[in-house]
Amino acid sequence: MTFSLRLRAAIVSVVLFAAFIGVWHLATRSSGPATNMSPEYAKLMGLTATQGKSAMPGPLDVGAKLWEHLKRPFYDNGPNDKGLGIQLAYSIGRVGLGYLIAVIVAIPLGFLIGMSPLISRALDPFIQVLKPISPLAWMPLALYTIKDSSISAIFVIFICSVWPMLLNTAFGVASVRKEWINVARTLEVGTVRRAFTVILPAAAPTILTGMRISIGIAWLVIVAAEMLVGGTGIGYFVWNEWNNLSITNVIIAILMIGIVGMLLDQILARFTRMVTFPE
Amino acid sequence: MTDKFISIEGIARRYPGASGGTTTVFENLWLSMARGEFGCVIGHSGCGKTTVLNILAGLDEPSEGAVIVDGQAIEGTSLDRAVIFQSHALLPWRTVLGNVAYAVSSKWRKWDRARVKAHAQKFIDLVGLTGSEHKRPSELSGGMKQRVGIARALSITPKIMLMDEPFSALDALTRGTLQDEVRRICLETGQTAFMITHDVDEAIYLADKIFLMTNGPGAVLAEIVENPLPKDRGRIDLHRHPYYYALRNHIIDFLVTRSKSFTADVTNHDPRNVPTVRPGLTEPTIVSSPRAIETSPVQTIAR
Repeated sequence: MTFSLRLRAAIVSVVLFAAFIGVWHLATRSSGPATNMSPEYAKLMGLTATQGKSAMPGPLDVGAKLWEHLKRPFYDNGPNDKGLGIQLAYSIGRVGLGYLIAVIVAIPLGFLIGMSPLISRALDPFIQVLKPISPLAWMPLALYTIKDSSISAIFVIFICSVWPMLLNTAFGVASVRKEWINVARTLEVGTVRRAFTVILPAAAPTILTGMRISIGIAWLVIVAAEMLVGGTGIGYFVWNEWNNLSITNVIIAILMIGIVGMLLDQILARFTRMVTFPE
Repeated sequence: MTDKFISIEGIARRYPGASGGTTTVFENLWLSMARGEFGCVIGHSGCGKTTVLNILAGLDEPSEGAVIVDGQAIEGTSLDRAVIFQSHALLPWRTVLGNVAYAVSSKWRKWDRARVKAHAQKFIDLVGLTGSEHKRPSELSGGMKQRVGIARALSITPKIMLMDEPFSALDALTRGTLQDEVRRICLETGQTAFMITHDVDEAIYLADKIFLMTNGPGAVLAEIVENPLPKDRGRIDLHRHPYYYALRNHIIDFLVTRSKSFTADVTNHDPRNVPTVRPGLTEPTIVSSPRAIETSPVQTIAR
């Protein structure tokens, strides 16, 4: 009996997952009650010392806590105790806003760079210098000039996601097939109409690839940025739970960051497929 | 040549050379065509054929000289001069109808959707692509793609159709049918056409005038060959016409030997007055031996 490749891959995935959970469970389970300990002392020491329980939470602890979070994702008990949903919403909101501003700046500018060799050469040294700067290095400067931690985080997202989009747009626009441009030229299509009817559709797959790289980087950076600026967001949540020594919550947050990052990537991948044309 | 619908007047194309100098692809090129004529340029690679066509299309500019079409010097590209590209150059994100409609709506900006669509459909039908309107170029064969290219060029009802080796990427059968289509359409509509080709038979079948160019760099228009074959020639029995081999041999001889030596041999060549040749029966033909005629079964039957 042969299964399809897809089904076989799914089976292997499930087996790997089960194995991982199993090993995790075995590695963190209690090693039995410690002997020779007076009940008062045991009470002071907690489960780690008395039951030989690992300081690392097991999969069952994480699962129970996750269920708790999922049941109440949007509660708000003050600055240091908000639901996971609220924290993620803050992060997604910041990424979305910073990313949107980056799109608005990068795509027209990328068009200009791609269409004009003069602008391309003139801006090249600036882009080459600015691109490799770690987005977090901008943070102090942003905090100093903007004087608002939340907007500073948005600025950092903007600055990190602008480069891949800018470079990909410029590259996509510059490498539109000459013959398509010639078609538009022989049909006396004006510059603006040519940009929208020939260059944009031809460069769209490259532009969307840049946008997909950007959203990935933005989501990587937001966690670090929020650890610095504090207050709200999933990055702050991770740091706050670390200060609370709630490793369970840290693990849950890591899992959530991964899932949201995957979803963002999948959304952009879907858009990329929509604009890709077979040749 | 009294009626000069297209007149290429002393154009030259030079490129900066490797060692500071300039490379002249061709210079002082004069060429004219009457309205409704079909002209073919034949020459080896590097003689600047494509450059001449691109200059005519307005995609390229001559280093010297001018091109006059219908009494006006051309400046840049124009909807009056449609180009059929060698690589068909369809926009892959548009359907067949979308590609043709793009050209139609570029020519008639104020037309509404329905009118553009109806006009585009007419030309899709003309090239025999009815039923494939909503396919994308990637779903079409090479021949069908080039049909769309032809429909797109024709749909804007240009004064001139410019074709840069339009069928060279196609297989022989498809090429034949497309040549038939192009000839039919050009005869029906009285279309003026200018075509570049490497295929001697294609030139003989399609062209009224065949322009022979010598090898580049420094290429010149050596001769204009008038096609002696009747207007109603068919592709199938082309080779049975008494003038066919004279014409074909003349062109082949030029391509094989004279295209290389022409500039050295002919010292008094006047580029403004290029000789016009009309090959006829006077060309030497191979005579078969008498013995072969006696034993030939064809001869027996003829008796």
